[in-house]
Amino acid sequence: MSWSEFWAMGGYGAYVWGSYGVALLLMLMEVWRVRQRRRTILHRLGRIQRRSGRRVEHEA
Amino acid sequence: MWAALRSMVMRDLTLAVRRVADVLTTLFFFVIVVSLFPLGVGPEMETLRVIAPGVVWVAAILASMLALGRLFGNDYSDGTLEQILLAPQPLSLLVAAKVLAHWLVTGLPLVLMAPLLGLQFGLEGEALWTLWWTLLLGTPAISLIGAVGAALTLGLRGGSVLVSLLVLPLYIPVLIFGAGAVEAQVSGLGATAHLSLLGAIAVLALCFAPLAAAAALRISLD
Amino acid sequence: MSTTGINWFKYSSPATFYPLAGRMIPWFAGLAAVATVAGLYLGFFVAPPDYQQGDAYRIMFIHVPAAWMSMFIYVVMAGYAALGLIFNTRLSAMMASALAPTGALFTFLALWTGALWGKPMWGTWWVWDARLTSELILLFLYIGYMSLEAAIDDPRRASRASGLLAIVGVVNVPIIYYSVEWWNTLHQGASISFDKAPTMADSMLAALLVMTFACWMYAIAVVLARVRCIILERERHSEWVLEVLEEERR
Repeated sequence: MSWSEFWAMGGYGAYVWGSYGVALLLMLMEVWRVRQRRRTILHRLGRIQRRSGRRVEHEA
Repeated sequence: MWAALRSMVMRDLTLAVRRVADVLTTLFFFVIVVSLFPLGVGPEMETLRVIAPGVVWVAAILASMLALGRLFGNDYSDGTLEQILLAPQPLSLLVAAKVLAHWLVTGLPLVLMAPLLGLQFGLEGEALWTLWWTLLLGTPAISLIGAVGAALTLGLRGGSVLVSLLVLPLYIPVLIFGAGAVEAQVSGLGATAHLSLLGAIAVLALCFAPLAAAAALRISLD
Repeated sequence: MSTTGINWFKYSSPATFYPLAGRMIPWFAGLAAVATVAGLYLGFFVAPPDYQQGDAYRIMFIHVPAAWMSMFIYVVMAGYAALGLIFNTRLSAMMASALAPTGALFTFLALWTGALWGKPMWGTWWVWDARLTSELILLFLYIGYMSLEAAIDDPRRASRASGLLAIVGVVNVPIIYYSVEWWNTLHQGASISFDKAPTMADSMLAALLVMTFACWMYAIAVVLARVRCIILERERHSEWVLEVLEEERR
């Protein structure tokens, strides 16, 4: 079986690769969104931390 | 106990009578939505007769959903609902009483109006009678299930749109058996099976929906 | 505290679960990657073409796992929601809300791949078949859950309200499923039987199971990662969060 035959999937290539492609795309997007969410909250937490740290210094 | 429930129903009915316009809005909405379909689909009686049960049922569901906001909304905004939550009677029974009153003013008019709309769509005799029965059995279930959604979305921005997202999927069995009964009757299969399943759904909803709606009210007013 | 037995509630505290989940994610992600490669290899190179459907049936290796996952995740989500409501454990409610987007993703994938499979096989993108319709309704249920959660600002009320909705939904799922089935058998026109599929070769079954395993591992990894975000978002004012972050930075 050659590669071009493999990608053609016996004439059903568009359907098969359309399914797997969208699956892959959506999963990558989901992972990326979770990453993004984590980055956002870490950023916010960093600000909270710095602010509380500064307040402690002031009080000291 | 019964006195409390009766006074709850009477109170809600009195309030509804003082605002007849609200009741009529729901009813007119139902009539207008149903009347739009012949304009969209075309006036062939054959087609209309086939789609009639589905159209009437979908319109009834939309109309009663439109009225859900009023089920707890007014009591919520004037603080009555918090008093109801503190009442010694079980909250789920009070919720059931409120739903009953709500059904009497929004559901029952739809049921009474439906045969007239059925005539417009060329339904007659047995089919019309079956449609009437399915609505009579189904609309209480619709109001009961809707109460859960109304309680969950209490006081939220865009609550009325949100409630449709929550409860419409849950209405699907009622829609299927309600509209299916008429079709089964017309095709000669008889509607008994559909009607008994619809009745079973109504009984189940009566048993569980007030409990769920009461829990939802407690969450929303916490 | 007694020393006998494991205190399961210990792991239901976000503070202990957060680092634990962090250590588990790489393992699940690794297993997911390995199983995906193995499953795709089995599915595309080992499994023979189907004698009726040719190569189009290979969509099954993503379609069927996605459909299974979509249903399992809803049930698991409702289970967590119930635990959260009954025992008032914060973590269970967070798990429920972390599961929803992944469940919705798998539901959408099942529909999408179903359409792409249906077009060459049935000649149409969509049929109102009982299974497809139920899957569509499941997607609506996920959307309702997520919209309710997003609409409530107070996180405590949001998780409790959406949790109750998930429980109401899961009680309704069998009723919806059977009513759709009934509706479908009544309207014979649209029903297309999938059950009479030819007996599957062992290699097809193996590929299917490995791909299902891969989806499970992926779902667990991504849900754990998401629940870690949710924990940080909801507990951002507590002491331990700052301590844990210090720890991680080191």
